[in-house]
Formats: sequence, structure tokens, C-alpha cells
Amino acid sequence: MDINWLYGLLGGLVIGTAGAIYLLVNGRIMGPSGSLGGLMDGADRSDEQFGFVAGLVAMPAAAALMIPMQTYAGSNWAVLVIGGLLVGFGTRLANGCTSGHGVCGISRLSPRGIVASATYVGAGMVVMTVLRHLWGMI
Amino acid sequence: MQRTLFAALAGAIFGLGLMLSGMTDTRSVQGFLDIFGAWNPTLAFVMGGAMIPMAIAWRVAARRKTAVLGGSFPAMPPPRFDLNLIGGSAAFGAGWALTGFCPGPALASLGFGGWQGLVFVAAMAGGALLAAPLRR
Repeated sequence: MDINWLYGLLGGLVIGTAGAIYLLVNGRIMGPSGSLGGLMDGADRSDEQFGFVAGLVAMPAAAALMIPMQTYAGSNWAVLVIGGLLVGFGTRLANGCTSGHGVCGISRLSPRGIVASATYVGAGMVVMTVLRHLWGMI
Repeated sequence: MQRTLFAALAGAIFGLGLMLSGMTDTRSVQGFLDIFGAWNPTLAFVMGGAMIPMAIAWRVAARRKTAVLGGSFPAMPPPRFDLNLIGGSAAFGAGWALTGFCPGPALASLGFGGWQGLVFVAAMAGGALLAAPLRR
């Protein structure tokens, strides 16, 4: 039986717990796009932003030392660069990603979070359909 | 110092959740967006699971005036649906479908994702800088 959904649910609970800690203890929205963007353009270079990104990078790095982990990302560098530019530009412009608008926004019934999430999921499904099923890419 | 430590803790737990949920596997994420192919519903379970502690946390926050380490909670943003929100989210969705990376899993992949994660995050950081002059 496929139990990926169960790991998804459990992992989701862990992700939500991280967001709950960041909100209740630090009073902040958990948003990696905002953390990275703030560090990049100088809008927010607080120690908190550094700390959050450091923890997010360090945990999988530590896990990879103990259990075998690998990436399944495609190895076409042009696709990675274009995708990275779109994700970085889009999430910064929209002021949030799957975490800030999705997990943190929808859970407080934020209209902007709900609209943003419907937009990126919808756009993602359209682009996936065109690239994979109409053009035979990715 | 405490603020930084708890931020790092939240980041680490977030990273753990991303690994456990399979969201660091770009194939799983692309599978969720592939509604006309072998659709993979895992991402919906991840979002659903994450909503539970977050919804409780927002209720707790509503009863408190300040966060544990001080400072107010973020106010609900006014419902403004401008081009930045819609266009930015659409661009994000396109890049998400193209690669299977969103910002959290992309940063997490720096720890194990080889050169692909590195290239993606570098491009993502550049993209964020390009958006800076357009932000309000």
C-alpha cells in the first residue's frame, strides 16, 4: 500500500509545528521566501532571518550525514536557472510562497493568502500540463 | 540571542518536516501539479497537516497581546489583490512546475541537493533581487 500520504500528513504536522513556534515565540510568519528576500535586498537582515535560514539548511545537511539522501531535481541547468528566477522573483513580488501565503495565510483565512495560493497552484497546474503533456518537456 | 535560537529551531523543525513529508522530492511536488498525469496527492496532505498546528497557533495568538519573546503578532494584511500578488504568484507557480522547487525545499536542498540545489537557490536569490524595485 502506498503510504506517502501518511508521511505527508505527519511531515505536514511537523511543518505546522515549526510555523506555530515561530509565530507564538518570535511573533513572526514562517516564510522562507521572505527570509531569503529580506537577507538579499536588505529589507530585513535581522539575526532571526539568518537563524531561520541556517536551521533550515543545517537540519537536512545533518540528516544527510546519517541517512542516504539525494536530489531528484532535473539536471538541465537552464531549466533550474529559469525556474529559480521565476520562483525568487514571483514569491518576492507576491510577498509570500507556499509557506507564508499557504501554510500561514490559509490557516488564518487571510484573503490574500487564499488568493495567492489558488493562483500559484492553478498556474503550476496549467504550466505543468502544457510543458509535460502538450510540449513533452520535463 | 533567544530570538535567533528559536528562529533556528523553527527552521530546523521546518526542514525536518519537509524531509519527512517528501516535499524535498521535486518529483512528488511536480506530481501534485500534474493533474492529467500520474497525479500525486501527497502535497495536499502536507498542507492539510500543516494547517492544524498553525490554525491552533493563530487562535492562541488571538488571545495573547504579545509573542513569548515580546513584540506584537503580524496583523492580517488588508485584502488587496493587486498585480504584484497575482502576477507574482503566477510566475512562482510556473517556476514551481518547471523544477518542483518552492523556496523552503530549495533552501533545505542546499544541505544534500548537490549542484542542482545550489544553482536553483542562486537563481532564486537573483530573482528576489529583481523583484525588490517593484515591491511596495
